[in-house]
Amino acid sequence: MAMNTQGRPTAPGTVSSSEITTFTGNRGLDHEEPLIFEIGDTGRTGVDLPSAPKAKSRLGGLERKAEIGLPGLTEPETMRHYVRLSRKNYAIDSGLYPLGSCTMKHNPRLNEKMARLPGIGDIHPLQPQSTVQGAIQLMETLAHYLMELTGMPAVSLSPKAGAHGELCGMLAIKAAHEAKGSKRDVVLVPDSAHGTNPATAAFMGYRVKPIPAMADGTVSAEAVRAALGPDVAAIMLTNPNTCGLFEREIVEIAKAVHEAGAYFYCDGANFNAIVGKVRPGDLGIDAMHINLHKTFSTPHGGGGPGAGPVVLSAALAPYAPLPFIRKDGDKLLLVEDEGAAGDAKPFGRLTAFHGQMGMYVRALTYMLSHGADGMRQASEDAVLSANYIRASLKDLMSQPFGGPTGDRPCMHEVLFDDSWLKDTGVTTLDFAKAMIDEGYHPMTMYFPLVVHGAMLIEPTESESKQSLDQFIGTLRFLANEAKHGNDKSRFTEAPMLAPRRRLDETKAAREPRLRWRPPAAKAAAE
Amino acid sequence: MRYLPLDEADRADMLAKIGVKAIDDLFADVPNAKLLKSLPALAKTQSEITVEREIGRLSARNVAAGSVPFFVGAGAYRHHVPASVDHLIQRSEFLTSYTPYQPEITQGTLQVLFEFQSQVALLTGMDVANASMYDGSTACGEAVLMAHRITRRKKAVLSGGLQPHYRAVTETLAKYGGSEVTALAPDPLGKEDAAATIDGETSCIVVQYPSVYGSIRDLKPIAEAAHAKGALLIVVVTEVVALGALKSPGEMGADIVVCEGQSIGNGLNFGGPYVGLFATREKFVRQMPGRLAGETVDAAGKRGYVLTLSTREQHIRREKATSNICTNSGLCALAFTIHMTLLGEAGLRKLAALNHANACDLAERLAKVPGVSVLNDTFFNEFTIKVPGKAADVIEKLAKKDVLGGVPVSRLEPDKPALADLILVASTEINTDDDRAAFAAALKEIL
Repeated sequence: MAMNTQGRPTAPGTVSSSEITTFTGNRGLDHEEPLIFEIGDTGRTGVDLPSAPKAKSRLGGLERKAEIGLPGLTEPETMRHYVRLSRKNYAIDSGLYPLGSCTMKHNPRLNEKMARLPGIGDIHPLQPQSTVQGAIQLMETLAHYLMELTGMPAVSLSPKAGAHGELCGMLAIKAAHEAKGSKRDVVLVPDSAHGTNPATAAFMGYRVKPIPAMADGTVSAEAVRAALGPDVAAIMLTNPNTCGLFEREIVEIAKAVHEAGAYFYCDGANFNAIVGKVRPGDLGIDAMHINLHKTFSTPHGGGGPGAGPVVLSAALAPYAPLPFIRKDGDKLLLVEDEGAAGDAKPFGRLTAFHGQMGMYVRALTYMLSHGADGMRQASEDAVLSANYIRASLKDLMSQPFGGPTGDRPCMHEVLFDDSWLKDTGVTTLDFAKAMIDEGYHPMTMYFPLVVHGAMLIEPTESESKQSLDQFIGTLRFLANEAKHGNDKSRFTEAPMLAPRRRLDETKAAREPRLRWRPPAAKAAAE
Repeated sequence: MRYLPLDEADRADMLAKIGVKAIDDLFADVPNAKLLKSLPALAKTQSEITVEREIGRLSARNVAAGSVPFFVGAGAYRHHVPASVDHLIQRSEFLTSYTPYQPEITQGTLQVLFEFQSQVALLTGMDVANASMYDGSTACGEAVLMAHRITRRKKAVLSGGLQPHYRAVTETLAKYGGSEVTALAPDPLGKEDAAATIDGETSCIVVQYPSVYGSIRDLKPIAEAAHAKGALLIVVVTEVVALGALKSPGEMGADIVVCEGQSIGNGLNFGGPYVGLFATREKFVRQMPGRLAGETVDAAGKRGYVLTLSTREQHIRREKATSNICTNSGLCALAFTIHMTLLGEAGLRKLAALNHANACDLAERLAKVPGVSVLNDTFFNEFTIKVPGKAADVIEKLAKKDVLGGVPVSRLEPDKPALADLILVASTEINTDDDRAAFAAALKEIL
């Protein structure tokens, strides 16, 4: 055995391939990490604070007496706990994240830095407007960019996420109808829509009427015309749609909708495919939300925060919610109440303050960095990359709307179904979980609902060609194994190499354990 | 462009593989007349230096809270956030991960959410909490809709102590969702008899604790009155640090508790992103909006966490969902959880005591300024003062003297001239003796 003069071996011996069971349950860098409730206690703290001076309590006799039960940790323990937990997550920074419809693109760190400038991150929404003119200017600039890119005359920045933006746009539509004395109560929603669309419509008391898609995955103007009537308030259509296709009859659809006295709400979740290529305002859209956390790359953060500004047509602009910005000489004014709204007829208020400033600055930083040319290039690269994946997998995996040769172009995401897995014993879920063992986050699966065993792949513009080629190579290997391999356990038992094997979702739902309880209380509850 | 890895050679290769000649062949479904022939009229690609300069210029035109004596609250509070919190939430694995739909490779986020839900349940004194809402105000609106579903009634009563913008958000949802809201008159003195307004049609009464004007009331009588009529008590907390000093809403009979969680772990950010906390009783969990993380086991029997009870949610139930909420405030919830873990119960109680003591000291100082009176008998870290003349003018004059001295009530209640001489004033652990002295001195000079 090779060794140095201290007797330390410098070359590995031979290894067997079997796994060992460790004393700790840890596997090298992958640590088993308990809950804070199991390692901390209520007396420990990681924050040094001065003791409060003695003062007469003015809490009205409602002082909290009983222990709350919140465990504390010192700073090193806290760092270790959350760093260990972080390492159990997949992230864009660690690998390609092909979640269709979710747009997991690179999150530039300059954006984070800008959001933390004291004049951005450390200002209060209710401090005098004279002390936050730069912040209001930032919002105004973002609004200008969004209107320019969409070709729409107005925007409400308030909404806090995509679904909140849907609510904003649909409330503007409802207010516009009410102003005309119209009591329309139906909203048309295609079956392929995001679940948030019908949920939003129903949330506002609308009846949801589904519209079928054509065999090619898009909605026809004819189907829309057939569904329209005097009771229809609006259509909610995603474009590009959730099958990754541009709605080619969208202009005729908009015309039909307007002729019937209804409004056109566009779900802009997939706007990232067409920035700088085509403007929603030129297509006849009345309202569209823009997910700043998708198209303009504010980080997803494990489930938010997002931001969902809504661009509005001239017909809907007067109904935009409070607050909105108005120019007052050389000053900018945030109009916060109806009394100051002038000719505008705001439908109300969506949130206590002015929306997601932290996301505005990140999105604007992204836009300024890319510029008009860079944003258009980003859209083109996203579409190019999705089509490259499509063209590279079309011989192995089936596309529901790919046309007879599989050559129909898609937009920024490519949709496969599971017909190619028929009789293999491998499901979409198995295939997706096998990707985890290969080091990839799975694609969006079983969505859109209109396709059986859907697999929706969105690579985004952030991947190099080498990265795309490796991804394609991996999927080709897995697809061949699924079709022709003898041992399907690589799929049916996957993932084997992740921090956890497949989790029991049925048990979680049947015996909900939604919070930690002390062991004694837990035993008593069971 | 520094963020785009493909180069022209790559693009040419890829087009060839796809079998098309030009990129626009892939946009063939876009009506040709609508395809843009020129670039949008915006700046072109800019370097990091240029962009940093431009955003920096905008930032410099604002008065940062940390640069002056600062007493602004009314639903958003400036607290000290330990440096380690911001470091941890910028870990790539948290920052650049999606909603944890693939639990095997997102146990980090899922365990954090489980810890978050547990902390929120303990803090509010409730059985269960969800994985977060956008903010306190939208959580308030959703809580009212949830109460309607549970009671099958459609009338909500809002206390006059509720932050007026929360009231506006709730009224907006109600107005267009076909339910009714009775908003009680603004209650700066904390004397309203909210219980008397509850009748057999009332689905819920919404009470803020402490009220937007700062006063603190025992909620037990209101809970009892509500329950006697089959209605629910919704408690709104806009300053969660108060729950480190005060009895929890759960102890006093609340059915749903919603909070603005910004105070813990999150900066002011000009109003967002913030984090809504949403907690309720076990029996109502299936009517709750939002995501829930739950404990389970994996195929090898190891403990793990998943998103659960999703049959309430839009991606499964579509138009029958309890809410349309999807993306929420994951990273802000993470910041909350880390900060709360650093504090622990001992730290939270100390922090709350310090806030209360600072506010008591400020109230004494301001009460001594000629012409100023403090309205509150009770408060936590925020109270209401009455000044001679227009409060909004006083605040502007204070700002000119580099003191951000609170929120004029007229900013929140512009149509109520009777309240135009009131200011909401908050003092947290960040304020020093000097800050408070400067505030009192500046106020004295102005009046």
